[in-house]
This record gives sequence, structure tokens and C-alpha cells, in this order.
Amino acid sequence: MHLSRTARVVLGCITAAGLTLVHLPLLLVVLNSVNADRSFAWPPTALTGAWWHRALHSAGARDALWTSVRAGLGATVIALVLGSLAAFAVHRHRFFGRRTVSFLIVLPIALPGIVTGIALNAAFRTVLEPLGIGFGLFTVVVGHATFCVVIVFNNVAARLRRIAPSQAEASADLGARPWQTLRYVTFPALRPAFFAGALLAFALSFDEVVVTTFTAGAGTRTLPLWIYENLARPHQAPVVDVVATLLIALSVLPVYAAQRLSADPAGGRL
Amino acid sequence: MPTTDRARGRLAALLAPPLLWLVLAYLGSLAVLLLSAFWTTDPFTSDVVRSFTTDNFREILGTPVYRTVALRTLGIAVTVTLLDAALALPVAFFMARVATGRLRRALVVAVLTPLWAGYLVKAYAWRVMLGEHGIVNAALEPFGLRGPGYGVSAVVIVLAYLWLPYMILPVYAALERLPARQLEASADLGAGTLRTLGSVVAPAVRPALLAGSVFTFSLSLGDYLTVQIVGGRTQLLGNVIASQVTLDLPLAAALSAVPVALIVCYLAAVRRAGALDSL
Repeated sequence: MHLSRTARVVLGCITAAGLTLVHLPLLLVVLNSVNADRSFAWPPTALTGAWWHRALHSAGARDALWTSVRAGLGATVIALVLGSLAAFAVHRHRFFGRRTVSFLIVLPIALPGIVTGIALNAAFRTVLEPLGIGFGLFTVVVGHATFCVVIVFNNVAARLRRIAPSQAEASADLGARPWQTLRYVTFPALRPAFFAGALLAFALSFDEVVVTTFTAGAGTRTLPLWIYENLARPHQAPVVDVVATLLIALSVLPVYAAQRLSADPAGGRL
Repeated sequence: MPTTDRARGRLAALLAPPLLWLVLAYLGSLAVLLLSAFWTTDPFTSDVVRSFTTDNFREILGTPVYRTVALRTLGIAVTVTLLDAALALPVAFFMARVATGRLRRALVVAVLTPLWAGYLVKAYAWRVMLGEHGIVNAALEPFGLRGPGYGVSAVVIVLAYLWLPYMILPVYAALERLPARQLEASADLGAGTLRTLGSVVAPAVRPALLAGSVFTFSLSLGDYLTVQIVGGRTQLLGNVIASQVTLDLPLAAALSAVPVALIVCYLAAVRRAGALDSL
């Protein structure tokens, strides 16, 4: 297939325009983190470092960040185990209801967050509260893990499909026991998929608002919940912009790492 | 693989933990919710009364407002999906088939970074941009135009914006995997660019587009925060459900059945096309 020069230029222009548009709101967030005018009217009239000072000393933001990190790590670990097991089962075995399993795994992310949220809320209240387990970090982790499983599953399953079966056969021919093949052949080949899956699962959990609202209870505040509370307040909104700016800046690290370490061209699968 | 007892045991050991989790934690919760859709609420105390009734469903089917809201939500979800597909195709094609090396890597980073910036922050950034004194109005003023303001169009724009990376990534991955040999073979056999696009590229991209559309469609269908932030007074299924949760949980549960039914139908259709495997 030959693309004419015009076609290439047109495609390039669309891409450039599209990605500029995608980043414009992000630039605006960065700008508003130093905008002295709290109403954010365009164009800005004066700059200030006050919001940065306030944000870096905000205990609420720091606590929320720490809660989000713990929730994300908890959910990611559970999703890694469950998603990988399911991927192995679906890839290695043929059984009745095999396609239903992949359907069931996608469901938690496909159904609206509000439905998942109120369903989990109703279930936790009827099942966990009589057992003395209240709403808190634990319920948030359970909720997040449920919709993170699909991310790990997709990454591991896609990688398993692309590992040549001849590798495992060669390992067996050379006298390796099944667990040795798993340990020395399959796992190393899967490592990029584990990494990409874990990273995206963490990102998904880190940014989740709706399910978190219904599973967090009164004392637990993740970063998105803190942002939600503070964005509507005029004197706090610029502080939120500072936090968002920091997150945007930091996000380059995981995105870059994912691209380097993952075998997938896009740095993983959603 | 022979279905020996050992293989069966191994399969059970692999499948049991994820299935138990999903069935107990997830399907169990959904069942509780669906069950409560058949309950009712005490009008004075707002407490849930556990007596079986189909009144909630009858109310939803009999009230024209709910039908309007459901259709509006469906229309927005379809529009957002089509918009994202139209934007993602040229961008993904450029990334996978024109850009190389450094430029390609930079473009992937540029697409992925917004995913980490925070959903709420981005939605509020759009609120500021679309406001009366925002940058959109300021940019359009010289042409005598005005931005859409807050409303249905704003919701479509912001949702399409938020979910765009979810569409670009699978399409890009599919295009990137397409072997150059196939494209060359198509050209060698005398196909022009358009013919190659239609007969070689399109079949490879279709499952990826469907996989991306699962995200754009279902995330739009259930959204209730974006519409609160930039929707003005627009009512969508998500915020109608959210507003009923504390007032009348059984009614909210019955309303939830609407997006659930729509999405399950959509997933079933997409699965038939084999797209869930390439998600």
C-alpha cells in the first residue's frame, strides 16, 4: 500500500490537531495552578505561587494520596493473582462456559460505575456489616479489585496467545518438569504482561471516583474523593490544580516505563 | 489437551479463585441490587420495605420522562462512540503506519498521559473552558461565534474527550500488529490504496474498534459526574439513578436495570463479533 505525500501530511495534521486538543485542558490545569484569579477567566491577569505553597502543606491532600496508593496497591495485587489465574485457565484449557468466563470478567468494567457502586454498597451493608466489618479501605480495595481483574486478564491472556507453544515443548523435551517450565520459561515471557497489567490496574484504581464514593464510608478518602470535595470550593480549586499538575508530571514516569518494559507497542492493554 | 482428571483438577484450581471472587463479590451484589428493585420504600421514613412488588418497573415503563432520559443517554453514548472512532482511526493510523522510532514513542506517551491526569480534573478543566468567560468563548469571539455552553453538546464533547485514549490504544495496537507483508502483497496483487484499506486494513481494525467501543459506549452510558459538571440541567440515566439512591433505593435499583440491560445486549453483540478476545 502506498500512501501519497498528501495523505501522510493530512494524517499528520489530524494527529497533531487531535493531540493538541487533548493536551489543551491539561495545559490549562497547569496554568491555573499558578493563576492568581480564582475564577480562572480567560486570559489570566496575574500569576502566583500561593497555591503551590498551600498544596504542598495540605495534610488532607497528603493523607488522601497515601490512601489512594494503598487502595491501588491492594487492588492491583488481588487483580494480578485473580486475573493471571483466569488467563491461564482460559488459555490452557478448553471447557464448557469458557467464553462466559471472559464475559463475566469484562462485566464489572463495562457496567456503569454507579450500578457497581450501589450494588456493592447494598451487598456490603447486608453481608459485611453484620460480621462487624464496616466501610473503609477494605471495602474500597474489594470494589476496585473487582473491576481491575479484567485489565490483568487482558494483558496476560494476550501475551499467552503470542508465546509460541514450541518454547514450552522444547523445555519439556530438555527434561524440565512442568513447574520448571513455568518458572524458567513461561513466567519470564509473561513478565512484561504482568507489569503492564499491574500498572494499568493501578492507574484505573487510582483515578476511580464513582465506585469509591459508594464503598468508602465516612472516614476513608482517596485522592479522587478529596479532589471531588475540593474542586467545587472556589478557594480550594487552584490547590486541586496544583495536585493535578503534579500527577500529570509524575505520570510520564509510569507511561515511559510501561513502554520500555512492556512488549506491547502501546505499553499494555486496557 | 486431554481432559484427564489431573487436567481437570488443575483447571478447577486455576478457575476457582477468580470465579469465586467475581460470582460472590460481583454477581452476588448485582443479585442483591436486582432483588431490591422488587421492594418498595416507605414514603415517610425512606426505609426499604421488603415486600414483593413490580411497581418500580411499572413506574419506569409508564413514565414518559424515563423513556426520554433513557433515549437521550443512549443517543449520547452512540454519538460519543462514533466521534471517538472517527478521531481515533486517523490518529492511530498515523501513529502505527506513518510515524516511526522516536516520534511514534512520543505519540504513544502523548496519548497515554491524559489517562493519568484524573477524570475529575479534566472534566472541571472543560467546565472552566466552556464557561461564560472561558477560553472557548474567548477563542470563538473574533469569528462572531459562541461556545456550546453547558448542556448536551458539552456532555458529548467532554465524554468523547475523556474516553478517546480508550479507543486510540486498541486501534493503534491492531494497526501496529498488521504485518507490512500483507499490505505489500495486497499492492503486488494490484490493489490500490483504497482497496487495501477496505480489504486488508478494515478487517484487522474492526475487532479493535469494537473493543474500544465497549469502553466508550458503556462508560458514556453510565456516566453521571460529567453531566453534573458540564451538563447544565441535562438529565441522564446515571444522574437520575444517583439522585434516587438515598431517596428510593428500590426505584434506583429498578432504573439501574436499564443501562445494565443495554450494556449486556451490546456486550453479547460485540462478543459474537469476537471482539472481547482482542480487548
